[in-house]
Amino acid sequence: MTRWYWLGITLAALMILTSVSRSADAKIVHRERSLYSTVLVNKTDNILCLAFSIKRDQRNQSCIDTRAPRDMVFSYTRMMMATLLFNPEPRRVLVIGLGGGTLPSAIAELYPDVIIDAVEIDSAVVEVARNFFNYRPHPGTSVTVADGRLFVKRRASLRARQEVQKDPGYDLVLLDAFNGDYIPEHMMTREFLTELRSIMSDDGILAANTFALSDLYHHESATYASVFGQFHNFRLPETGNRVIITGKDDLPNPVALADRAAELDTRLSRYGIFLTDYLELIEGEQDWKTDARVLTDQYSPANLLQGAPR
Amino acid sequence: MIHRTLINRPLVNLLAFTGGFVIMSVELLGGRMLAPYFGSSVYVWGSIITVFMASLSVGYLLGGQLSMRWVSLRVFASVFLIGSITLYPLSLAAESAMAWVFDTIVDPRYGSLTASLILFVVPTVILGIISPYSVRLLVGSAEESGRVAGTLYFVSTLGSAMGTLMTSFYFVLWFEINDVIRGLSGVLLLASIAAFVAAGRSGSRPQEEAQRS
Repeated sequence: MTRWYWLGITLAALMILTSVSRSADAKIVHRERSLYSTVLVNKTDNILCLAFSIKRDQRNQSCIDTRAPRDMVFSYTRMMMATLLFNPEPRRVLVIGLGGGTLPSAIAELYPDVIIDAVEIDSAVVEVARNFFNYRPHPGTSVTVADGRLFVKRRASLRARQEVQKDPGYDLVLLDAFNGDYIPEHMMTREFLTELRSIMSDDGILAANTFALSDLYHHESATYASVFGQFHNFRLPETGNRVIITGKDDLPNPVALADRAAELDTRLSRYGIFLTDYLELIEGEQDWKTDARVLTDQYSPANLLQGAPR
Repeated sequence: MIHRTLINRPLVNLLAFTGGFVIMSVELLGGRMLAPYFGSSVYVWGSIITVFMASLSVGYLLGGQLSMRWVSLRVFASVFLIGSITLYPLSLAAESAMAWVFDTIVDPRYGSLTASLILFVVPTVILGIISPYSVRLLVGSAEESGRVAGTLYFVSTLGSAMGTLMTSFYFVLWFEINDVIRGLSGVLLLASIAAFVAAGRSGSRPQEEAQRS
């Protein structure tokens, strides 16, 4: 008798637990197990999101507002777009990490003549971007399913072997490959950044969406500094993200940035991006431990370091 | 059965533990070595595990055959010495080997498989010899053979577990990959020296005994 009693209580408790843990009104529209994770598309009212469920708490990677598809729901995508301050007329763009296709769509819309290479490791994400987020690459865009590091290394290797360099390199690189749950450690090393730098044009700008909160912050910062020298940190107060903005050449000074912000502001405001507000949040000062060990292909425990608090 | 009292049982078990430790540590590092050239997808791990398993299986066969011809701690010590010598080049030439494979083979599946073959076959075959050879060194009679083999599986697999844990939790956080490889090569060298010393102490009689049994 008591056994049934306890079984009843356990079942009831389980039912309550599962109903609480499920978020109230997010509806799962699509679920697909891929080679790398489980790709989920969920919808809350009119917000459609792409999420990867590696752990139980699924974090949304890319969201659109179906009523206003241009509005960038996520602060970090808006932050990535702020890179245009540093290069207002990109011609050849590399996007690593496709997500819902938000970034390449916006760039293609702003600059119809631009050439975009988008690299995504997971073919399921490419399909989901097409089928659920209505991502349609513009004629100048090519989407490649590959590991970002391998794509970059292959390009770098081809470029190094060409005697005459006809390929002028990418003038804008948007690195958006870190999803917060698991870091591809081979894409956060000095060697990777060196390869990336070698396929950029002389005035090329790199923006990397990455972390601000753990011990990894210092190591990652030291690694970027070891390859690019100076860089800017762009952080919004409400997020755990930061966007590292750096380039091969000297970065423009604050006055030049303010001029460009005024110019670009009207063009970007339809995406919910207000550049003039962002200006003061972009910092060039060095606030990381300069003695932090640089991450290399030989030493890249990024996931272990991320576990340690900053 | 003189050799049973003369063969240092704890030492052979400790050496089998060391062999297991080194094998799994290298396997784990293998994934990290290959990642910059071939990614870290499931097929890269598939390549590495395939090559390690196939190499170990060949090593087991060789170890068994070897134990039919020569039975001595000196031979056992030599296996560790050769293991140490063949592991060391990974810290020197792995980069250029992988760069060559990367430029030759575009598909990362076959690239990672080829690179794993080049890098890991030789040392892993050598390390595979240790387990069956240890069984031969310690088994004195048919009745105890199961217990001896069971104990050896226990220590060598426990060594593998510890090698996996130490490498993935700590070594990669403390050291560069090449330093760990050199360290593991050094450990094999020490193991070899220990076995040579023990062989020197027990003299040549146990070998004759062993050959007769």
